[in-house]
Amino acid sequence: MSKTKLGFLLVVVLMVTALLGVLFGSVPILISEIWDALTGDGQEVHRDIVLNFRLPRVLLAAFVGGGLGVAGATFQALLRNPLAEPYILGISGGASFGAVSVLSLGVAAAGSWTLPLAAFAGALLAIFLVFRVATSTGRVMDVRILLLSGVVIAAFFSACIAFILSISPAQTVQSAVLWSMGSLAGADWDRVVIAGAYTMPAAVMLIVLARPLNLMAIGEETAYYLGTNVEGVKRISLVVAALITAASVSVAGVIGFVGLVVPHTVRILVGSDHRGLLPLSFLGGAAFLIAADFIARLVLSPIEIPIGVITAFIGVPFFLVLLRQSSPNG
Amino acid sequence: MRFETRGLVITYPGQSRPALNGVNMSAPSGSFYAVLGPNGSGKSTLMKGLLGVANPDRGTALVAERNVGDWDRKALARVIGAVSQSETVSFPITVREMVAMGRYPHLRPLEGEGEKDRAAIREALEVCDVTSLANRDLSTLSGGELQRVRIARALAQEPRALVLDEPTSSLDIKHEMEILELLKQSVASGLTVILITHGLDLAARFADRMLLLSEGQVAAEGTPDEVMNEETLAEVYGWPVIVEWEPTTGSPRVTPLHS
Repeated sequence: MSKTKLGFLLVVVLMVTALLGVLFGSVPILISEIWDALTGDGQEVHRDIVLNFRLPRVLLAAFVGGGLGVAGATFQALLRNPLAEPYILGISGGASFGAVSVLSLGVAAAGSWTLPLAAFAGALLAIFLVFRVATSTGRVMDVRILLLSGVVIAAFFSACIAFILSISPAQTVQSAVLWSMGSLAGADWDRVVIAGAYTMPAAVMLIVLARPLNLMAIGEETAYYLGTNVEGVKRISLVVAALITAASVSVAGVIGFVGLVVPHTVRILVGSDHRGLLPLSFLGGAAFLIAADFIARLVLSPIEIPIGVITAFIGVPFFLVLLRQSSPNG
Repeated sequence: MRFETRGLVITYPGQSRPALNGVNMSAPSGSFYAVLGPNGSGKSTLMKGLLGVANPDRGTALVAERNVGDWDRKALARVIGAVSQSETVSFPITVREMVAMGRYPHLRPLEGEGEKDRAAIREALEVCDVTSLANRDLSTLSGGELQRVRIARALAQEPRALVLDEPTSSLDIKHEMEILELLKQSVASGLTVILITHGLDLAARFADRMLLLSEGQVAAEGTPDEVMNEETLAEVYGWPVIVEWEPTTGSPRVTPLHS
């Protein structure tokens, strides 16, 4: 498949899923009512549902999913590890630690901003610690040490979380577990603006670095011999991808599989050139997460299933089929 | 393009013993220059020093009479095509995409491939005899094909020099000879070639000059006839050898004896 063709296809899929995401929910909406809501006509209730609930939710899903897709592809290239996902540097551990701390203090009710802020602070703390460890050995940043320090820092945070939860009431434990499975239920325009203002420039920045990232994915020594500023590209893109992840975790919790399944699917379909891979992973991640959120809301409506469950349920079989088809002797 | 080192000393971080200890060498422009020596004698470190990857503690590495550290990285990549010992490619990528990466130093950020770039890629694929593999995925290639593709990427840089670290170490006779003939052809077309290798006999046959390293120092440097000396080789490799003249090729040949 050509990159343009896949790009076109993904834009169509993205529009369709976005439309479905606005139309369906506990209260069904008609296409004409979306139009009415956008132009300020129609029933007050429907306008409220479209403008203040469904639309921000779909947009937040698009930014978070797109961001995770791009961040995943970037981590895989820089760490030269196909199994790398956006949370690999302990970011989910740090964010969960922040979130659980706030939940255990019972201050989450104080304002809708406390939880995402605490999660973001935790994620930043994890990123800082991991990069600190990885650069402490010398002038150059060794990605193997980065990977290992990510694992160690994540383990440390999960120990902290386990400790906090062990002395917390059952109610806190349940909220923490639900948070850790990810949800877009907290979507509002503030979060959409923050996630968009954060993710879009960061994704564009990584797409601009696509060609150096192609070389880095082959190996740092080769990238160097081909004239890449290896340390500069590595630091900038790792930090940018880590910050995208931190932002997405803080507004939507830990949503797995998007950063893993989406970039690999794109690679299998159109190859590993990051000039195609990064924008297509953004589109694919956005469409995938909108669809997953739509399903999460609808299947047991009015109960919402955690979105991480859906991404895993769709992502895993889909990925296995693709792997099977792409293996030469499959 | 001329390569030269003067008293080059390189120590890796955390190591007490320098990997290179005062190396003086000089590869004349347009020569086929072979670097040899036992495992751990500093061959790959010399390559890293010459290309500015490893920073010297003391001494200098000069590329075209200019300190390698003073070169702009992209400018250096426009004149030197380097092929490291190995690469692990974990993602799907085609032969053409791999060779096209050689154009990176010639392109401005976000600039697309132009006709000049496409011509250089075609030419490199052709010279290395991998045109028919252009759309194949790298993971489907044999060892010999992969090495030819990596050399094609270096040639797509349109460099004035090639530096290669053991490009034939895992190849059979045919594929090894194909690559050496390719390098000889590159020298004939005006390139300087620096080849790091373990193959004494073939190096002596193809190279204009040889450098023999031992424990980070120069044990011998000169024409193949000068370097392929029984006493020197026996001492450097720690094994008794005899050197004979091979009648068919007329070049020296080393035969290890029993200890």
